[in-house]
Amino acid sequence: MINKFAISTLALAAMTGAPAMAQDISVKLGVLNDRSGIYADLSGEGSVVAARMAVEDFKAADKGMTVEIVSADHQNKPDVGSNIARQWYDVDGVNAILDIPTSSVALAVANITHEANGVMLNSGAGSTSLTREQCRPTTVHWTYDTAALANGTGAAMTNAGGKKWFFLTADYAFGHSLEENTTAVVEANGGEVVGQVNVPFPAQDFSSFLLQAQGSGADVIGLANAGGDTVNAIKQASEFGITQAGQKLAALLMFANDVHALGPQTAQGLSLTEAFYWDQNDGTREFSQRFMDTHGSMPSMVQAGVYSATLAYLEAVQTVGSAEDGKAVVDQMKAMDIDDALFGKVTIRADGRALHDMYLFEVKTAEESTGEWDLYNQISSVTGEEAFLPMLDECDFSKQ
Amino acid sequence: MAMADKTTSTQRVEQTAGMPTLHKAIFVVLLIGLIALPFFAYPVFAMKVMCFALFAAAFNLLLGFGGLLSFGHAAYFGSASYVAAHAAKVWGLTPELSILCGTAAAGVLGFAIGSLAIRRQGIYFAMVTLAFAQMVYFVALQAEFTGGEDGIQGVPRGNLFGLFSLADNMALYFFVLAVTFGGILFLYRIVHSPFGEVLKAIRENEPRAISLGYDVNRYKLIVFTLSATMAGLAGATKSQVFQLASLTDVHWSMSGEVVLMTLLGGMGTVFGPLIGAGIIVTMQNYLATFGAWVTIIQGVIFVLGVLMFREGIVGVISRWLKKPL
Amino acid sequence: MFELLGIPPQVLLGQILLGLINGSFYAVLSLGLAVIFGLLNIINFAHGALYMAGAFVAWMLLHYLGIGYWPALILAPLIVGAFGILMERTMLSRLYHLDHLYGLLLTFGLALIIQGLFRNYYGISGLAYQIPDLLSGGQNLGFMYLPNYRAWVVIASVLVCFSTWFMIEKTRLGAYLRAATENPTLVGAFGINVPLMIMLTYGFGVALAGFAGVLAAPIYSVNPTMGEQLIIVVFAVVVIGGMGSIMGAIVTGYMLGIIEGLTRVFYPEGSAVVIFVIMAIVLMIKPEGLFGRPV
Repeated sequence: MINKFAISTLALAAMTGAPAMAQDISVKLGVLNDRSGIYADLSGEGSVVAARMAVEDFKAADKGMTVEIVSADHQNKPDVGSNIARQWYDVDGVNAILDIPTSSVALAVANITHEANGVMLNSGAGSTSLTREQCRPTTVHWTYDTAALANGTGAAMTNAGGKKWFFLTADYAFGHSLEENTTAVVEANGGEVVGQVNVPFPAQDFSSFLLQAQGSGADVIGLANAGGDTVNAIKQASEFGITQAGQKLAALLMFANDVHALGPQTAQGLSLTEAFYWDQNDGTREFSQRFMDTHGSMPSMVQAGVYSATLAYLEAVQTVGSAEDGKAVVDQMKAMDIDDALFGKVTIRADGRALHDMYLFEVKTAEESTGEWDLYNQISSVTGEEAFLPMLDECDFSKQ
Repeated sequence: MAMADKTTSTQRVEQTAGMPTLHKAIFVVLLIGLIALPFFAYPVFAMKVMCFALFAAAFNLLLGFGGLLSFGHAAYFGSASYVAAHAAKVWGLTPELSILCGTAAAGVLGFAIGSLAIRRQGIYFAMVTLAFAQMVYFVALQAEFTGGEDGIQGVPRGNLFGLFSLADNMALYFFVLAVTFGGILFLYRIVHSPFGEVLKAIRENEPRAISLGYDVNRYKLIVFTLSATMAGLAGATKSQVFQLASLTDVHWSMSGEVVLMTLLGGMGTVFGPLIGAGIIVTMQNYLATFGAWVTIIQGVIFVLGVLMFREGIVGVISRWLKKPL
Repeated sequence: MFELLGIPPQVLLGQILLGLINGSFYAVLSLGLAVIFGLLNIINFAHGALYMAGAFVAWMLLHYLGIGYWPALILAPLIVGAFGILMERTMLSRLYHLDHLYGLLLTFGLALIIQGLFRNYYGISGLAYQIPDLLSGGQNLGFMYLPNYRAWVVIASVLVCFSTWFMIEKTRLGAYLRAATENPTLVGAFGINVPLMIMLTYGFGVALAGFAGVLAAPIYSVNPTMGEQLIIVVFAVVVIGGMGSIMGAIVTGYMLGIIEGLTRVFYPEGSAVVIFVIMAIVLMIKPEGLFGRPV
């Protein structure tokens, strides 16, 4: 396979007629994500657009690099995803796979990537396992993980006076780990958890559970769920007058596009943590406007993460001089200082976790919001070291 | 419950001592083709097709020959995949033992659900199996050992009989080929046994079978359990191929997919489900870039299949040839 | 104050009320399924997708044409019903001479198509639909805060269910319908246009799904998957109630809503499967369903 790949690379370089510069590197990137299911809006085609923008902005062609992007829909099915990933590495000569929301698919691809000595630049999945229980030397986990979100929101809200918490927990592994992470942070900051209820997943009607939360007398209702469940819970909390009565909602995993779907009317006052918001500084605004022009919506943090991870990856490939050896490229990424237009200063830790600031946002009220995408006020920020879980010894690949 | 309505008359296989020559020839050609396949196509993909072919064939036993439409076959496929993955990863069993564990689990589950479900007929039966499959899905989502939405990941490929490593795709391919081909031949044997003849009699005319003295419910339960067991064999094998077990395998859309495969290929035919599985899996793989259109295309195939090609691809060919396939 | 298993009665009362609200959706949807099944002998797998379509049509009417909630409550079911009639005429009607399972398979395929199309055009995050002004706010009942809109959901569903029941069981038209269910050939011989009746019945059953969708739009996220999650539960409701009577579908819908609501207090983890467990028990004791005729 390796031989075949080398030949096809040469052929490709010859075909595209890249100017013979100091280097002749060809790179093939695969964007593997959900293009039809529940993550299609926050990753999907938008992530492909982001990756393409990164290649353009890197000016790959001027640097003697040929970069090709392929994409596929994993349909949130691990077997479909791992089949595509294997085929991309073994047959199609893909060097790095990007995005990969849905943790079951991401974990499968992490293993395959390691076997194939490729690179996984994960932006879409939230599972902390990617850099902990199932860490691999070829994994880079760029944008967020559930622990960082829980940490950001949990600490900030407890410190702001929300001492008593009640959790609505989606009753499966993800929901429980989100609750567990947040509980630890809440307690560390002097708060307490007064109750929780396990909500079957997926659920449409949260009124019964919200009433239980209301009855608990908690200051904060922590929503340890995701996607449509979170949206419905918030919608119904506003309907039952829970937020109006003074209890705060904390969404532990939510994206700008979910808030956009709800509208400020319903979501106002909601607190959440994200790694990126389009309206933070000139760099983010410039990128987001260009993204908007091609894709028609503002980038989610996942899509922004695909852009930045691709830039960093291409730079590392250029330094190494080849994209063949995945682990070598990842090692180079870990050694670099990255100053990114969207995420600021980023360091990639030895376990593959990218460390960057995380931000606590509050959703603007309908009166404050000046446009369809004018969603957040930034409340505070935490550094990457604080936000993400500490490294596990067995995942310190610099020692191995 | 004559699901295969008009086609059955042309497709009834004469009871003969052995396999009809035509079938024998097709099986031999198929086997030769499959032995050569991994040298041309991507082996992991080919293995996936074979697992689904077995799954569809197992489903076809129930629908095409038993006349029972189960809308919850993902339950057996998926639970076997979980049990086999768990056995290989946590208990450290060899691949063949893991697959046996998974298959047995599916059989037990099939017996339990089947004994309730056969109390109802027709559409009720379909809905009841669907509802039970939904319960299995909730268990898979919440139970400790299934790993929730992460699934069971990184299942080792292990050594066959503790001796031969299956880490290489080619080695694994021939193992999977042996298992699935064996499974399909086994199903063929059942259909063309006296037991299979009774099944067809029940499908054609249940009251008549009862009046002839057959314990119809017992036959239905046996065929349900057999079908669940073989679906389990397919699921367990798939977990070894992909080294994972996940919620996808127990979700109700998987139950829908296997119906689609069988319907497309031709229910009540021997080779239809295999063709149907091949087409659907290939489509999912190569249309992956089209995103949501995959589900729409599947829906369109369902609709066209029901409206125009109820006999399925192989059913149509079989009618042309005037020979059962 | 007495407590039941550690739960104060006020809380319990509140939860029963919430259960009734959810039961309203179950009742309207299972009623639609029962009406269709009664005459066409088809299990309409597309019912969930059409419920979703009802919610989307309401959203589209507002978004593109500026038509608000109240007209939408009539218009959206009509549009969905018309679409249903189109489906019946062009596709379902070709299957009546075949086994009923083909109808199930066909509608399953239609559900995939409808859902896929909405997913392609409107994404998956869902769309916002506001509660109409007339019904915003709520009442403090002492034991709980009841949003006006939820009270309206119960009232509207009871009204629709009762009128449907009345129409089918007590009017001449209903008598024709029931007779046509028993023996279509004979009824046709009396000069009644049976195919037309079948077509309208399917349209009506589907319109009920669309109606439930509009009712749901302001409280649930308008989302392409909203029907997929509900439909399997409604199937279980239908199995429990049995297909024998219209009343059975209605009563079982409300009843299971309440049972599910209570489970959410006592054993929340089990609330998603409680209906399926009940279904299994019913099948063991009374396989024809609570209100069904013995087979």
